Amino acid sequence: MEFEGDKGRTIAIEVKNLSYTYSRGLPYEKEAIKNINLIVYEGEAVGILGHTGSGKSTLIQHLNGILLPQEGEVKIFGEKIINNKTFLKNLRKIVGIVFQFPEDELFAETVFEDVSFGPRNLGLNEDEIKKRVIESIKDVGLDESYLNRSPFSLSGGEKRRVAIACILSMSPKILVLDEPTSGLDPIGREEILSLIKKLKNEKKVTIIMISHSMEDIVQFADRIYILNNGKIVIEGKTEDIFKNKEILEKYDLSVPDLFLLGEELKKEGFVISEPFKDFDIAKREILRNLS
Amino acid sequence: MIELKNIYFSYFVPEKVDILKNINFNINKGEFISIIGKNGSGKSTLGRLIAFLLEPTKGEIYIDGKKIKNELDYLEIRKKIGMVFQNPDNQIVSQIVEEDIAFGLENLNYDEETIRKKVEEVLIEVDLLEERRFPPHFLSGGQRQKLAIAGVLVMEPEYIVLDEPTSLLDPKGRKDVIKLITRLNKNGITIILITHRMEEAMLGDRVIVLNNGEIALDGDPFEIFTNVEFLREIGLTVPPLTYLSYLLKNEGVPIEVKLWSLKEIKEELLQLKLKI
Repeated sequence: MEFEGDKGRTIAIEVKNLSYTYSRGLPYEKEAIKNINLIVYEGEAVGILGHTGSGKSTLIQHLNGILLPQEGEVKIFGEKIINNKTFLKNLRKIVGIVFQFPEDELFAETVFEDVSFGPRNLGLNEDEIKKRVIESIKDVGLDESYLNRSPFSLSGGEKRRVAIACILSMSPKILVLDEPTSGLDPIGREEILSLIKKLKNEKKVTIIMISHSMEDIVQFADRIYILNNGKIVIEGKTEDIFKNKEILEKYDLSVPDLFLLGEELKKEGFVISEPFKDFDIAKREILRNLS
Repeated sequence: MIELKNIYFSYFVPEKVDILKNINFNINKGEFISIIGKNGSGKSTLGRLIAFLLEPTKGEIYIDGKKIKNELDYLEIRKKIGMVFQNPDNQIVSQIVEEDIAFGLENLNYDEETIRKKVEEVLIEVDLLEERRFPPHFLSGGQRQKLAIAGVLVMEPEYIVLDEPTSLLDPKGRKDVIKLITRLNKNGITIILITHRMEEAMLGDRVIVLNNGEIALDGDPFEIFTNVEFLREIGLTVPPLTYLSYLLKNEGVPIEVKLWSLKEIKEELLQLKLKI
């Protein structure tokens, strides 16, 4: 299942024929995912879309061994995930998962304590812990003055960023985010989104993001997978899939207005060299046509 | 009509914080009002005050000319105003869909025949008739939120306050719930919708913008969303095509900053290109 031009790239995640059934063998067993195949290359940003109950969360819980495959296999940087304590411990240093509403998991009296919790459990020395905490808090766009504050005194968007810093302090190579913008106000959304873009572009972190927001996905994902009833029904490059409005509508997903505008203008004779993934692109393309 | 007069709401522990300050507005019968504002602006508190789940620290609320608490008791208020929350699971109490809807009526001692009839009407209204015998956890998120709305609807309220009812739902669930809310409003129920999503706020007749516990703007969506800079300053955004027109205008393109539909802005840009 290799993609054109992908030969020679390092594969970060490879999921092969993965199936998982909850309460297997019981009368109310529920097949959550069926025969999933998926590849994510190092440095790529992949979006996973699908409705509630489509199996998205079950899938990502396999990526750091919270759930172990019942059928099929998951490989992280070529190594098959197995049920071995040392292996799983190492795996969780490589794959960091930011769950939905991660701010609910903040527990300590200060931001510093919260963010240092992970690195401390890795057995690092105090200097290294401090270095990592400061780096992560800066990566999420906050400064050192936050470190002595209580996480509970922060705004919703700030809390979410601290929660993401908690994961970043583990220096994961792969970052998985489950609906990172849900429940935030519009500016909070923009902040989190630009943070994720920065991690992708500057830190070269491999990113997988689950989202319901087509506006978020189009801005950031190189490729997308759409899940429905536990199966992958569509996969491909984001812009190719977004150009196919009808298919998306079949799964009750809609193409953002901005993106559609780009496509429509192109049909009407505008010279458009890049799809309208965000406002900067749209502005630039339109201005070029009007000057 | 609901009238809010000089409403203040404050917390006193650990220190005095005014969550809402000097709120004055009327909610007219049949209106569809959206309330927007960033996290912490006081939206949810305002919603709870309107539904009388909280009492104002200062100020008065009148419903149809009658002063809350002095001339109207709790039961009467509850019959007039229903409230729906962000997470439907906090609002669902029974193990079976139709029993959950019947809960309120049972508490009012209606006879079985009446309850059966009213519940069935509501099941049809929210499109859960086929699922009437299901346990709620068998339903999708959107269906569960519709069930929560049904539980309110069966009490035949005149006003419904909804606090971010779609923010935990997937796109299909969101669409279904919004469709239902719009239909209820067409059938005469006054809707007060608290939301973070600008495309939902646009559906109302009127948008109220809260900032730091005060009403910053109050008007129809067409007016409100042209205040791009102000809205962004107070932590809100505007619909994407409006924002695009704003960005283009700043670059010297002679385009109006307003609520554009996709078709309209496309035509406008094509016209502008022809003029070059």
